[in-house]
Amino acid sequence: MGPVVIQADGLGKRYRIGQRQPYLALRDLIGRALGAPARMLSKNGNGSGGKEKNFVWALKDVSFDIQEGEVVGLIGRNGAGKSTLLKILARITRPTEGSAEIHGRVGSLLEVGTGFHPELTGRENVYLSGAILGMKKAEIDRKFDEIVAFSEVERFLDTPLKHYSSGMQMRLAFAVAAHLEPEILLIDEVLAVGDLAFQKKCLGKMGDVARTGRTIVFVSHQMNQIRRLCGRVLWMEGGKIRETGPAATTVGDFEAAMTSKSDTSIHGSENAKAIFVRWEIMEPRSDEANVLRTMGEVKIKFVVQVRRPVKMAQHGVSLRNSDNQLIWALATDHIDLEVGEQEFCYTFPSLPVRPGAYSWHVSLYEEGDQLDAWDCMPAMNVATENYQHARDEWNGVLNVPCEFAIEEGMKVGS
Amino acid sequence: MSATAQAEMLPKVPPMRIVPQSNWLRIDFGELWHFRELLYFFVWRDVKVRYKQTVVGAAWAVLQPFLTMLVFTLFFARLAHIPVGGMPATIFYYSALLPGMYFSSSLLNATNTIVENQRVITKVYFPRLVLPLAATLSGLVDFGISFLMFVAMMIYYGIRPTYAILFFPLFLLLALLTALGFGLWLAAMNAIYRDVRYVVPFLMQFWMFASPVVYPSSIVPERWRWLYGLNPMAGVIEGFRWSLSGRGEPPGKMIIASSLMVLAVLAGGVAYFQRMETTIADVV
Repeated sequence: MGPVVIQADGLGKRYRIGQRQPYLALRDLIGRALGAPARMLSKNGNGSGGKEKNFVWALKDVSFDIQEGEVVGLIGRNGAGKSTLLKILARITRPTEGSAEIHGRVGSLLEVGTGFHPELTGRENVYLSGAILGMKKAEIDRKFDEIVAFSEVERFLDTPLKHYSSGMQMRLAFAVAAHLEPEILLIDEVLAVGDLAFQKKCLGKMGDVARTGRTIVFVSHQMNQIRRLCGRVLWMEGGKIRETGPAATTVGDFEAAMTSKSDTSIHGSENAKAIFVRWEIMEPRSDEANVLRTMGEVKIKFVVQVRRPVKMAQHGVSLRNSDNQLIWALATDHIDLEVGEQEFCYTFPSLPVRPGAYSWHVSLYEEGDQLDAWDCMPAMNVATENYQHARDEWNGVLNVPCEFAIEEGMKVGS
Repeated sequence: MSATAQAEMLPKVPPMRIVPQSNWLRIDFGELWHFRELLYFFVWRDVKVRYKQTVVGAAWAVLQPFLTMLVFTLFFARLAHIPVGGMPATIFYYSALLPGMYFSSSLLNATNTIVENQRVITKVYFPRLVLPLAATLSGLVDFGISFLMFVAMMIYYGIRPTYAILFFPLFLLLALLTALGFGLWLAAMNAIYRDVRYVVPFLMQFWMFASPVVYPSSIVPERWRWLYGLNPMAGVIEGFRWSLSGRGEPPGKMIIASSLMVLAVLAGGVAYFQRMETTIADVV
């Protein structure tokens, strides 16, 4: 890895609550000035006691290093501080505290079509938007034909932008953005629009950019996009970095946390004859017993603590994805269990489910009475390689490698 | 191409530090120079859009001062017999309307510039000073067109410019700096108090009567002339009249007062604007 190009040190951003809503008008100011003597007379005033309450920290104590050539994903719920962080790095807003140091030219793509003007033609807008996004005129001149070809709107180049369909505007905007070549690129969720084919093209272009060794910081809510493009992920929550790590692991943990767990099972009751105590992936064995990284054989065990002998029990197991969709389930009857720790082991030739967070559920009944039912913790994090469509909404349940080929069919009429 | 090869091709940029407060008393001229092309594109955009949205286009830049000049000539010179400083009344008014209209339209554009560009401001970084600067520069295009009309009038009256014309660029620069100086204040204020933009046209009316547009500054007693010059537009307008027509006397003391005033307004404007700049993206 190269030298550190972005170094954030204790970044924090405080907003005044309501600061973004009402615009001040001079009349408010005048009104306030007139009211001031009255407020001064009534001594209790609105002192400094309640001051902190009017502020909210959108970002707090955020520190990280990003090295040259890294593609880093920023994930987290809405309001977690991702966009604020990006805006600080892009110098659009200043931090309230802390500092950051950036080595290299920064380009920011926080919106599609930044600087577009509806009255200007497509050609004029390419120049305007390009210049606003940080390109030099000579650079736009050089790339102009390429940009136009990429946008697929050659025919309308001299038409005012206001006559473009929104799809065409988007294409043109992307085409400009895709040809931006700063050393550090900050991208906020802009790829979540546009039609499928064009989006693939943009993703391809972005992948190219990443491979040329540029540093990219990328905010997205499309987790598979993050998995595919990013090497490392910063997961933000409540204005802080909750976790940082390789994309597959951190995205999985994030998805697991988002899957709201309402533990309604009667797991772990004191006087139960037997309870489930833990689960893990036995084979292949790794440091993280809940992370699956292989497409090959998998052995999973559920450990049961048997307090009193159990006769003729039924045991059920099920696997659900983060949308709570049932992936697979199995039930087994006629189980006898001795006192002590017993292990229920399942061996699969392969678990070809798409990367993400999954939850196991296991249960144990004796003659119709539930002894235990457990939503297994932690969730299983599938971090295998992704063999999926480029768009999240076309990502299926299965994740299987497959070969595609076009072969010559039988000749007709020969 | 490998990353390092790419990096070697481009000149290295010094590391940039992002910190809570900026030094708002300092203008980063190096950075402004770096963004000169963007300044050019903003000027270019303003001019293009302005002419695309009007029916008569560039003719507007001539019609407005010309018609105003006719009205002034009729009412103030012919009917009210206000002195016109020993030159044709039309020249007297037009030479004042040239900087006057440039000033008022540039100031109004500069006032709105932060609010009108708020989408760009919240999405990408560039020195925000570029925006009011572009607004005052793009006004020069209209100015240039209306100036052609003035040249035609000079030829019509057979008035030859004297050596005084050599000072004209200085007065034009003073007009530009006046518009920029006040524009910075108003742009920053308008970003915070949205009704500033409604106040400005009103303000401009008063300003016109406080400036020697329809009367010569000679009606102000000599010993108060420097005080009158604290309205920078007074110095600018008298300077325009004198340098362009070659008649009357150079504005002397007034122009010194005006220049000092402009420098003060400009310095304060830059400081106020840059202080506002640090929070602008959070406000607009």
